[in-house]
Amino acid sequence: MTGPFEPPTKEARTTGSPSALHLHGRATVGDLCLDFPEDAPLVVTPGELVALVGPNGAGKSTLLRLVAGLVALDPRPAERASGRLMLSGRVVDDGTASGFVPPSARRVGWVPQDRLLFDHLTVAANVEFSPRATPDRVGFLLDALDLAHLADRRPGECSGGQAQRVAVARALAAEPDVLLLDEPSTALDAGSRQRIHALLADRDGAPQATRRPAILLVTHDPAEAAGLADRVVELASGRTVHADRS
Amino acid sequence: MLAVAVLATAFLALPIVGLVQRAPWSGLGDLLTRREVVDALGVSLLVSVVAAGIVLVLGTPLAWVLARVDVPLRRLVRALVLLPMVLPPVVGGTALLFALGRRGLVGQWLERWFDLTLPFTTAGAVVAATFVALPFFVVTVEGALRTSGEDLEQVAATLGAGPVAVLRRITLPRLLPAMGAGLALAWARALGEFGATITFAGNLPGRTRTLPLATFQALESDPEAAIALSLVLLAVSLAVLVPTRDRWLPTR
Repeated sequence: MTGPFEPPTKEARTTGSPSALHLHGRATVGDLCLDFPEDAPLVVTPGELVALVGPNGAGKSTLLRLVAGLVALDPRPAERASGRLMLSGRVVDDGTASGFVPPSARRVGWVPQDRLLFDHLTVAANVEFSPRATPDRVGFLLDALDLAHLADRRPGECSGGQAQRVAVARALAAEPDVLLLDEPSTALDAGSRQRIHALLADRDGAPQATRRPAILLVTHDPAEAAGLADRVVELASGRTVHADRS
Repeated sequence: MLAVAVLATAFLALPIVGLVQRAPWSGLGDLLTRREVVDALGVSLLVSVVAAGIVLVLGTPLAWVLARVDVPLRRLVRALVLLPMVLPPVVGGTALLFALGRRGLVGQWLERWFDLTLPFTTAGAVVAATFVALPFFVVTVEGALRTSGEDLEQVAATLGAGPVAVLRRITLPRLLPAMGAGLALAWARALGEFGATITFAGNLPGRTRTLPLATFQALESDPEAAIALSLVLLAVSLAVLVPTRDRWLPTR
């Protein structure tokens, strides 16, 4: 891994291990401005599942892209303290070009809303794509998400639910510290939904897999948020308007 | 409407029928093994294949920059790329002569520093063919790059793939069909090139006399040979439609 390592933060020193995600600062994309003040940062602890809810245009997907490194924090203004995004205690974006760690060097798993499977590769090759994917982990995920029998198919030959499971498996195979799920249950059949939920609910993970990563889950479904999440954060116009234990 | 459509189809088909019905089928073997035909075929293959190679090497980065990089004057560069497609080839040849000719803008330095003369050489024929063929490749590949998503490349990056791995495992494999189609079109255009070649490279047997030039030459002295040469070019054109048919001939 490249990039700067930051000394443990204040809350990390008190809890003993760094949070999986710690974000404060601003990011502007077009008309949308995400803003997390320094005294009210977005913090996700390791293994915690945080549901992000809020109206369309509130910046939920943009927040996931910011964590993934596809969007950067605004350049640091001279008169203001800088924004800062930390993943597992390591600064990956501080509003400067030199402090920006590219997506390939962050340990995140991004499952975008439209899945974006590699349609020139088989299902198995999609899941194995990451250089961090080990055969054990890939095998476990193919089984857990009921994809083993589809391994040699192309994504174009999969149903919507199957394709969604492939996208989740592909992201988890990369052994992310933070999993970013953008409305994974939209248009899912009941079986696929259940399998994904079962995997996400399993805090300790199966023997072959390591512990569950921290998860940011964007959802429109209050039942999904309440059923799965340890905490629900509500965004409106790029700001946290409500953060609550569910 | 239907009547006009039939008429238009007949208009396109008629010359082909005319050519085929006059073909000297029995003597075709003899005609195609004549010295001047074999020479022209050799020059054409050499010139068009080398031109296609240069098109691939120059055109791929150009298409990528036009599709993906926000460079200044991009619209102007794109217009410039399209120009040889609409420019009369003889104008292209004339322009090449004044740019790369022995007294041309750049040509005089090529000759002085590198002892390199392009006009009326096989290399000159390659330059002329490359000039007219490059846009076909660039336009095809640029279009594919613009529609085949950057978003997939972003996913690959979040999975831990660096820029080189993304290029090798995502961008290039997904681009291959378009590159193949663009290359086939560019090669066919290079093979059929006439105006710029005769203007810039002349009509020297065994050196710059390509199949189209030989066909034109034969039409005056030996019409049967001209028909035979035309049939060769027709066959090649049809063969190029096969790999590109998904792109240009929808199956539905």
